[in-house]
Amino acid sequence: MSDISFVRTEMLPPKDPPASEVGVVGWARANLFSGWFNSILTVVSLYFVIKILIGLIGWAWVPTWSATSLPECRVIFEELGRSGHNAGACWGVIAERWPQLLFGFYPNGYEEGTADLRWRPVLAFVLLFVALAPVLFSDKVPAKLIYFTAVYPFLMPWLLWGGTVWTPVSAALGFVLGYVVYKALAQSTSELIGLIVGVVAAFVWWLFVASLFSSALASVVPLALESVESRQFGGFMLSITIGVVAIGLSLPIGIVLALGRQSDLLIVKTLCVGFIEFIRGVPLITLLFVASTLLNIFMPPGTNFDIIMRVFIMVTLFASAYMAEVIRGGLAALPKGQYEGADSLGLNYWQAQRLIIMPQALKISIPGIVSTFIGVFKDTTLVSVIGLFDPLNLTNAIRADADWNGLVWELYGFIALLFFVFCFGMSRYSMYLERKLQTGHR
Amino acid sequence: MSELALDREIDRSKMKVSDEVAIQITDMNKWYGAFHVLRDINLTVNQGERIVIAGPSGSGKSTLIRCLNALEEHQAGKILVDGTELSNDLKNIDKIRSEVGMVFQHFNLFPHLTILENCTLAPIWVRKTPKKEAEERAMHFLEKVKIPDQALKYPGQLSGGQQQRVAIARSLCMMPRIMLFDEPTSALDPEMIKEVLDTMIELAEEGMTMLCVTHEMGFARQVANRVIFMDAGQIVEQNEPEEFFNNPQSERTKLFLSQILGH
Repeated sequence: MSDISFVRTEMLPPKDPPASEVGVVGWARANLFSGWFNSILTVVSLYFVIKILIGLIGWAWVPTWSATSLPECRVIFEELGRSGHNAGACWGVIAERWPQLLFGFYPNGYEEGTADLRWRPVLAFVLLFVALAPVLFSDKVPAKLIYFTAVYPFLMPWLLWGGTVWTPVSAALGFVLGYVVYKALAQSTSELIGLIVGVVAAFVWWLFVASLFSSALASVVPLALESVESRQFGGFMLSITIGVVAIGLSLPIGIVLALGRQSDLLIVKTLCVGFIEFIRGVPLITLLFVASTLLNIFMPPGTNFDIIMRVFIMVTLFASAYMAEVIRGGLAALPKGQYEGADSLGLNYWQAQRLIIMPQALKISIPGIVSTFIGVFKDTTLVSVIGLFDPLNLTNAIRADADWNGLVWELYGFIALLFFVFCFGMSRYSMYLERKLQTGHR
Repeated sequence: MSELALDREIDRSKMKVSDEVAIQITDMNKWYGAFHVLRDINLTVNQGERIVIAGPSGSGKSTLIRCLNALEEHQAGKILVDGTELSNDLKNIDKIRSEVGMVFQHFNLFPHLTILENCTLAPIWVRKTPKKEAEERAMHFLEKVKIPDQALKYPGQLSGGQQQRVAIARSLCMMPRIMLFDEPTSALDPEMIKEVLDTMIELAEEGMTMLCVTHEMGFARQVANRVIFMDAGQIVEQNEPEEFFNNPQSERTKLFLSQILGH
């Protein structure tokens, strides 16, 4: 028998790992003290983190919540024996002005003869989550709730702007009409003709019939909420409204643009590429200026196109262009075999897109999509440059008050905290979704 | 390549070639840009035939069978599949694709759907089969390829051989009259090749019309009724397997066979 001959007669059982690899000690060794250089870094970092925390807590932990002006805060600081420019936070401004930061100039009933209507945006906000639930947590809520999701886009503007209930109803009827026309014609003629005529019918309804219809019905059944002007919108409510509309619309538009960009039809492709490249090549502020000033030049004289509506359109278009590129990345990451697999089974283009391609492409793009969502939501603060009172613009108004002149950190900190809560929420949700959709390495 | 190690006799009672024409290709030509990939292909496949297409890589054999369900477009000539002509008419193409099953080298299962959903998707959406019936049929075919217990797993959790068998079951769920195999075992570990070939043999035993691009010469010898050798985009030689392997006529075929069977 030669030296290299070896036969294992018994397979080895697994043994417990050494104590330095598991438990608290193992974790600390692996993550904090894995070498002298890393140990020094850990200690130095800890020092700075603690130093900053002590400073921050000392600044923020002060009994200034009931102060009614900055000088009053200063008196409190002197009683505490503190002095200097940043002796502490003057929280009175938040306690007094937080309703304004949230709702802007939405009717609050402070003046004689006006009603407090702020329950409407609050209700719209709560219902937003009810409407989102079947989309975000499809396996945890009753499937029927999706009907409410379909109604919500018409309910939300009515709650926020008020007016007769027949305006959103007639807007919704436009969609129903378009769908009925499409269904009828798609059966008898071709899909494409049905689609085109359906869209035309819906637009004819919205442009010419809808207002007559709603005013006629309003005179018969006067069911209405008190109207609120767009210029009264403001604060965090405005940011959320713009953010939700832009986020909700940019995803479907982005999908269509991404598909259009991949299309074999030259005209469709050119239009999509042109749109995406143009919008991405222009700063959002420029688009917002166009919305606030230039757009009126192109409109027939006398038309009054609501400023918030114009902002909706511009922010949505802007977000859609970015969304289209994010989704295109997801599409490009799919192996060609997925298309071939779908084709070979006889699925047509739209079935393949809906059942095979999009679920996977969107899943791959989740991090990018959510980044775009977060970016859009934060970009809503840019509407301050065209004179809308988003939270940042409101801080100027608040500081113009002699009582609070000179306060910066408290206001911006509060706004930052609110934005952080929403953006962090979106980010965590996207991680949850990625884990949920994980179906093993492929 | 060695002989196929099949541990049982092949049942040839249902392997019958009928007179009915399944596929007819007449003077078909295809170009990739300026490159002439398929040149004057003429081929008639009868119902029940088991054809193995062999040839060096780049000879156009995959392209040929991919033309048969319009995954690739041909520029000249005529292809009739089950009496329907493959043209640019999308309705015809979708009809042919639902009649012709295809198995790919890289399986092309849908990773976001379970095995069962992979198998029921096309019957439900293309054939409009009721969900329950589609699921019953899917389970039937999954049992046939011997993996019914994996039905609720995702493709990523299965081995390559299992995935390829699912891919075969997925195609069978559409009740195709013709099956195309595009190098079905080339991406598999040697241990898994056999389980896929076994499934293909069972399919052949039931009388399925099969066109198979493969390098498994054992399979060709034992199952095929015709072997086609392609080189440089044209059919160089075709014959019954015995004749093809024992008595090749063209020099190119001899060279090819000596290289793949020589060791």
